[in-house]
Formats: sequence, C-alpha cells, structure tokens
Amino acid sequence: MKNDFRSRNHPAYWAFIVHRFSGVLLALFLPLHFWALGQALHGAAALDGFLRWTEHPLVKFAETGLVLLLAAHMAGGLRLLALEFLEWREWQKTLLAAAAGVSLVAGLAFLLNLV
Amino acid sequence: MSQRAQVLLWGAQRISAMVLALCVLVHLLTMIYAVRSGLSAAEILGRTQGSIAWFAFYTLFVFAVAVHAPIGLRTIISESFNWRGRGLDVLTGVIGLSLAMWGMRAVFGVFGAGAA
Repeated sequence: MKNDFRSRNHPAYWAFIVHRFSGVLLALFLPLHFWALGQALHGAAALDGFLRWTEHPLVKFAETGLVLLLAAHMAGGLRLLALEFLEWREWQKTLLAAAAGVSLVAGLAFLLNLV
Repeated sequence: MSQRAQVLLWGAQRISAMVLALCVLVHLLTMIYAVRSGLSAAEILGRTQGSIAWFAFYTLFVFAVAVHAPIGLRTIISESFNWRGRGLDVLTGVIGLSLAMWGMRAVFGVFGAGAA
C-alpha cells in the first residue's frame, strides 16, 4: 500500500508529530530542570546564581519555547484521552483547534509576564 | 514483553497522563504568575520551603512524570529503531528510576532540606 505524504498531511498527523516532538524534548529537558532546582540544596545563593543565567534573552526565549511545548503536550494529551475514553461526539473534531489555542494562550501569557 | 505487561504499561501511561494534566495545569499557572517580577530564589523558596502542600504536589508530579516519560520514550525508541526486548525494558526502568530520584532531589531542595 502506498503511504505517501498526502496521507500524512493532515491536522491529526501534525498533532501526532507535535505530541512526540514535545514529549521527547520535555523528557530531555527534565534532568536539567531537576538539576537547576536541586541547586537549592546548596542554599538560596546557589539557586540565585543559576537564576541570574536565566535573565539572558536567549534563555528567556528558550523558556518560552518550553512552556509552549509543555502546554501543547498537555492539551494534545487531553485531546488523546478524550478520543480514547469519551464517546465520540462531533465536537471532538474541534479538539485539535482547542488544543492549539490553549497552547498558544499559555505560551503568550508566559512570554508577556516574562518580558 | 507479555501482552499483560503491555496492557499494564498502556494503563499506567493513561493514568499518569490524567494526573499530569492536573499537575501541568497548576505548574503552568504557577509559572505564568511567578515570572511576573523575575525569578529569584527568594520567590521560589518563599513559596515552597517548609510547605507540606507544595512538597506533596511536587512529589506527586515527579512520580507521575517518572511513570509517564519512560513509557512514552520506550514507544518512540521501539518504533524508531525497531528495538524490542529485555534491553529496552531495562532502559525504560532505568529512565524511570533516574527521573524519580533526580526529581525528588530537586523537591527536597526547594522544600528546604539543604537550606542553610
């Protein structure tokens, strides 16, 4: 059976890609996140030393990306849970758009508060 | 891996996802609120140090992600590299245990275990 790009160029396929991509990146980020918060074991000054690094604009940009990925993974995951566990209803088709919207709102709210 | 074990992994992935959905929602709202006036140790530790509620929340968060992330990675690794078998199961377990221990170290850090 031919499985060319046309069968993949579909919103649900892109949602699948976003969910995988965000999941892998978030999993890779977790050890760094835990290490950073673990600095508190050495006292508040050690944690502040790390947090000063996060004032860098590039780091803020990366943080916003991570918040967007986290929100996208959560919203996309809720969509999957709804598809798997709830009875099919017409509004489930709009879950993709809702998931994308929720992710963007979270990312933007974080960015606006950050800058 | 036996069929029964695969069903168990599938269930664990969904249950941890439900727990994580709530945890991530709280985490997102906390982050958006916390960065308003810049992040500082005083801001973070002022909220978490000595707080049983935040300690319980982050402990639940860490264990849910220590279940969820390895199972997801296992599926992706298995499909991407056509890898199945004992080695993959061991890797999944190691990732989960590492995340749980490394994560709890951070939880104890912000709770105040190392506060001077």
